[in-house]
Amino acid sequence: MTDAIMSSVTAPPSAPLGRRGPLGSILVHAGLIAASIAMLYPLLWMISASVRPEDEIFASTSLWPSSIDFASYLRGWFGLDISFGRFFWNSLVVSVLTVIGNVVACSLAAYAFARLRFAGRNFWFAIMLGTLMIPYHVTLIPQYVLFLNLGWVNTFLPLVVPKFLASDAFFIFLMVQFFRGIPRELDEAAMMDGCGPWRIYWKIMLPLSLPVLATAAIFSFIWTWDDFFGPLIYLNDMNTYTIQLGLRTFVDSSSTSDWGGLFAMSTLSLVPVFFFFLFFQRLLIEGIATTGMKR
Amino acid sequence: MAAVQDSVVAIGGGAQARPAAQGRWASLWAKHGAGYMFLMPWLIGFFGLTLGPAVASLYLSFTSFDLIRAPEWVGAANYVRIATADPKFAAAMQVTFLYVVLSVPFKLTFALLVAILLDRGVRGLTVYRAIFYLPSLLGGSVAIAVLWRQLFAGDGLINSLLAQLGIEGPSWISHPNYSIWTLVVLSVWQFGSPMIIFLAGLRQIPTDMYEAASLDGASKFRQFYKITLPLLTPVIFFNAVVQTIDAFKAFTPAFIISGGTGGPINSTLFYTLYLYQEAFGNFRMGYASALAWILVLIIALFTAFSFLTSRYWVHYDD
Repeated sequence: MTDAIMSSVTAPPSAPLGRRGPLGSILVHAGLIAASIAMLYPLLWMISASVRPEDEIFASTSLWPSSIDFASYLRGWFGLDISFGRFFWNSLVVSVLTVIGNVVACSLAAYAFARLRFAGRNFWFAIMLGTLMIPYHVTLIPQYVLFLNLGWVNTFLPLVVPKFLASDAFFIFLMVQFFRGIPRELDEAAMMDGCGPWRIYWKIMLPLSLPVLATAAIFSFIWTWDDFFGPLIYLNDMNTYTIQLGLRTFVDSSSTSDWGGLFAMSTLSLVPVFFFFLFFQRLLIEGIATTGMKR
Repeated sequence: MAAVQDSVVAIGGGAQARPAAQGRWASLWAKHGAGYMFLMPWLIGFFGLTLGPAVASLYLSFTSFDLIRAPEWVGAANYVRIATADPKFAAAMQVTFLYVVLSVPFKLTFALLVAILLDRGVRGLTVYRAIFYLPSLLGGSVAIAVLWRQLFAGDGLINSLLAQLGIEGPSWISHPNYSIWTLVVLSVWQFGSPMIIFLAGLRQIPTDMYEAASLDGASKFRQFYKITLPLLTPVIFFNAVVQTIDAFKAFTPAFIISGGTGGPINSTLFYTLYLYQEAFGNFRMGYASALAWILVLIIALFTAFSFLTSRYWVHYDD
């Protein structure tokens, strides 16, 4: 099932309702191009606004700035008491640690579910699927109390430690699906040669699962980079702010005065996500098509 | 003396018994141990970060708790107040339901229409797909919410464009009748991920069904209603459930666009935003826990209802 969808995503397009004539084809393209422009226009406008001279930002609806001026970037970067370099660095640290936690912890659990036999396996698997349904709001307040009492507020620990405990169970599910597709003969042969479960996990499963590990890593990175709610709750000290919190502070402090700087920093904050989109688009699209991920 | 003898015997017996017990443990370990070792991080997380906190939050929902003093049992008072004497809760429910009812159908209809256009052998499919998918990937960020706040401001981009057509637009985000619509548009703008799932679903429909139908002289509209739509119902169902649950949980755009207030006049007070205000603005942790459980109840009821009604309209082949 998964494989079928996986291959269908990348298969050449079928033409189920028959090919259109040239006129129909032109109409369809015209519609799609118009829709594309409408979709991208706000984004492109923001980028162009970020390189316009300050007084020109709201004067023009065009996408082409009369002159290119990076002053907004400089102003935005130093627009708050603490520079945006700090916020970017914090976001990077949190995101990279999250990626490591998710990949390690979720692949361990997924290997147990997909390959090892032990009492209660089906029970725990059902529980794991059940946790996917629970909105995080239910655990939010007690978790906050817990982390507050541990003295973890204003550190990255509340954002990162849960990932090392496989709290993003969604990725376990994703990896289980993939691991099940790896031929069992491989582990059986390795077992004959005297490999234990650790070696099979490390030497066979992980190397053969790079696509799913990459998908999980990229989605972990993007979701963590974009996450606003977690940092909003746990990070109150500006030195620990992530980029999303920095932007929010910038909006509140400058709301109408420095849109140029705000757009410049907003544009910069989208760059890492855009980078992943550009280079790993196929993995992202396959990931969504096979599992129905939310974003 | 007898006790010492007994204990000597016991030790001796123990020494004799140990290999057997060790063998049993060893075989149990060999059989199940590895599985639990691999599962350990998740198990710790499940008990420590999910099950424990969920139980705690259910308890807290029956207390008054401000983080400083110990929780004080108040019985069902929080729930009673929510149900009978909390106008902000009523406003939040209204806004959230309105948002769900407006955003999900628009988003899914748009996603399905574009997916059908793209599926019909369009050149440059991958380019279009990428362009339509990009907003889904970026849309959850604060940057996009900031952009939206500018787009729909009184002197924002949308009104500048309308002015060129001679229309004077209102300040969309600060007008209580329109503010929710700016959030609906933001949600529909991110139609890319359900579109990709629709595309994958469309590819699963065997081509020979269409060939047979067109040999029988069925028009394209008829083919759509009799083949495409019924065979796609499982995917439509899936997308609808996922998108609805997501819409109930939406937070960031409303927070940024309203500056955290849910205004003007509570018109963007999403449920989660209200929950956040109660918990982390007013430090009414017990009350916020009750709100969280009501959200779970709503989502659970909705999901159960969808699955129960799905047998009347979702077409399962196998």
